[in-house]
Amino acid sequence: MGAFTMRLLRPLPLVLLLGSVALAQSPQYGVGRTPSPEEIRAWDISISPTGTELPQGHGSAKEGAQVYRAKGCAACHGANLTGGRAPVLVKADKEPGVDPWELGRVLPFRAPQATIVWDYINRGMPLNREGTLTADEVYALTAFLLFKNGVIAEDQMLDAQSLPKVKMPMRDAPAPLPDWKHGAPRLKGYPY
Amino acid sequence: MKSGRRRFLKSGATLAGGLTLGSVAPAIGQTQGIGQTPGTGQTPGPEKFIKAGKELVAYGERSRFVTSVRMGHPPGGRPSPDEFGLSFHISTPLQEQMGVITPSSLHHVATTRGSFIPDIDPREHRLMIHGMVDRPLVFTMEDLMRLPSVTRIHFIECAGNRSTAAAKTVQETHGLSSCAEWTGVLLSVLLKEAGVKGGAPWILAEGNEEVKGTSSIPMAKAMDDCFVAYGMNGEPVRPQQGFPLRLMVPGFEGIFHTKYLRRIKVVDQYYTNYNEYGHLRKDPKDAALGYQIGPKSVITYPSGGQQLAGRGYYEIRGLAWSGGGAIRKVEVSTDGGRNWKTAEIRGTANRMAHTKFTYNWNWDGAETELLSRCTDEIGQVQPTRAQIAKFFNAPADHHSFNVPGNDNSIQPWRVARDGSVHNAIA
Repeated sequence: MGAFTMRLLRPLPLVLLLGSVALAQSPQYGVGRTPSPEEIRAWDISISPTGTELPQGHGSAKEGAQVYRAKGCAACHGANLTGGRAPVLVKADKEPGVDPWELGRVLPFRAPQATIVWDYINRGMPLNREGTLTADEVYALTAFLLFKNGVIAEDQMLDAQSLPKVKMPMRDAPAPLPDWKHGAPRLKGYPY
Repeated sequence: MKSGRRRFLKSGATLAGGLTLGSVAPAIGQTQGIGQTPGTGQTPGPEKFIKAGKELVAYGERSRFVTSVRMGHPPGGRPSPDEFGLSFHISTPLQEQMGVITPSSLHHVATTRGSFIPDIDPREHRLMIHGMVDRPLVFTMEDLMRLPSVTRIHFIECAGNRSTAAAKTVQETHGLSSCAEWTGVLLSVLLKEAGVKGGAPWILAEGNEEVKGTSSIPMAKAMDDCFVAYGMNGEPVRPQQGFPLRLMVPGFEGIFHTKYLRRIKVVDQYYTNYNEYGHLRKDPKDAALGYQIGPKSVITYPSGGQQLAGRGYYEIRGLAWSGGGAIRKVEVSTDGGRNWKTAEIRGTANRMAHTKFTYNWNWDGAETELLSRCTDEIGQVQPTRAQIAKFFNAPADHHSFNVPGNDNSIQPWRVARDGSVHNAIA
């Protein structure tokens, strides 16, 4: 990096006076433009576990049931959230006490944070009409799916404040990922 | 196969004379007839020509006699395209690949939930970098092409690339791993240009397909060797591979190599995106092994579904790769794993790249099993399924054992007395 910086700056000896500390802090190439705050907001659709990026709006399971019908979700996911061509949206019906990992890879059940459910409906649904749902509709659908999986009550209203606080049944279940380091083996003590 | 090879050699000899023959080593014993051509040694010209129409002048095509194709993976599984028109998993015909570069048209395709292939005008495409940075930035493709570039050979492998007893060919067992030469800009260059705020531990990488697939990548990896690629095998990245821009995360599972890259957000914590959600694991060991690809190799010739012509000489060929770096050693066993001999590494063993190996073998006509195993630059050794099962205290019946994380186990090929080659995972 050091040698590279020098080579690039050779025709510009004045810049060298700024010193290497200042160089590390300022753009080296000056390529690209600054986006407007509105532009960033429009693109900023990934929802953190703490819900920082969630927009205003709200919805309940009852409203979500209507949205589920009105938006044609049942056509692919089935009227009862199962049996369609698209992924099942309700956990498997098994004996109480069974390992929750055995209840299926069902987003509104297995997701460790409820924000993921909101995020995915918002970015990826409905197929071919992504981005057409309002924030209220996404909150309502999220509430509907969480209610159907026994996570929240039917009358609970979800919004930017309450959604990140929903306690998902699998919130502590997934194993953490290892700290990645250059040149480190995949798993300590594992020779393969 | 034997008669097919003879036909090939004959036409090769007719087309290009000794030049072509000289490059096909096993042909030496079969060239006698051609050397006896009377006169000056000039052979008759080919009887047929491929018409050089405008289209072939503009963009070449392979011979109509070459029929190697990709296929939906796995056979009998979810088709691509599926009933929604989504592409899911499409595998590379490794059994017919020559060398380490997978032709762009044959590079495997994998998507998270199934995806449409977006038809993106590169003049309209933008990459935004924002979040915990001093200066949010938006780059056009033209901007990116002004910046210092790297060209590197890397494999990409899907987490679903695992051999099962049902798989017949190496395309079915290992065809979700492919290797190409990628050109683009180091992510560290872009992140430094934006100025990452101290201590930011993660980035999000988001694509511009209909589902806007997003992955979380540790900052250490992002600054180490990730790059945004606009070139693939000498031309722009293909639409199925992320045109006009794909994030390369060398050695990580394929899902991290975000296609149609439109946004990098520098964040203060781990986001469980939909892509991550599908990879959640109960066991930390399982999670760790399903992150960076382990040391892995496979013999592509002879491999399942192929037919040996008879006893005698064969050059065993295969590919080895690892997410941990370069391949240091490949060993081959031609007796079911009792004895291991060092194979030749052919060409350069690039970091996180398919590496070609060969081994000289004389088949005595008896039934046997062919295996390969590799060691990477950090000393990780490719295991057998039995070794992995033992590590995880799984039952001795290791064939029904599901290898945790990315399956990098040794692939056995059984050569039957009749010369037919079969997947030996029973």
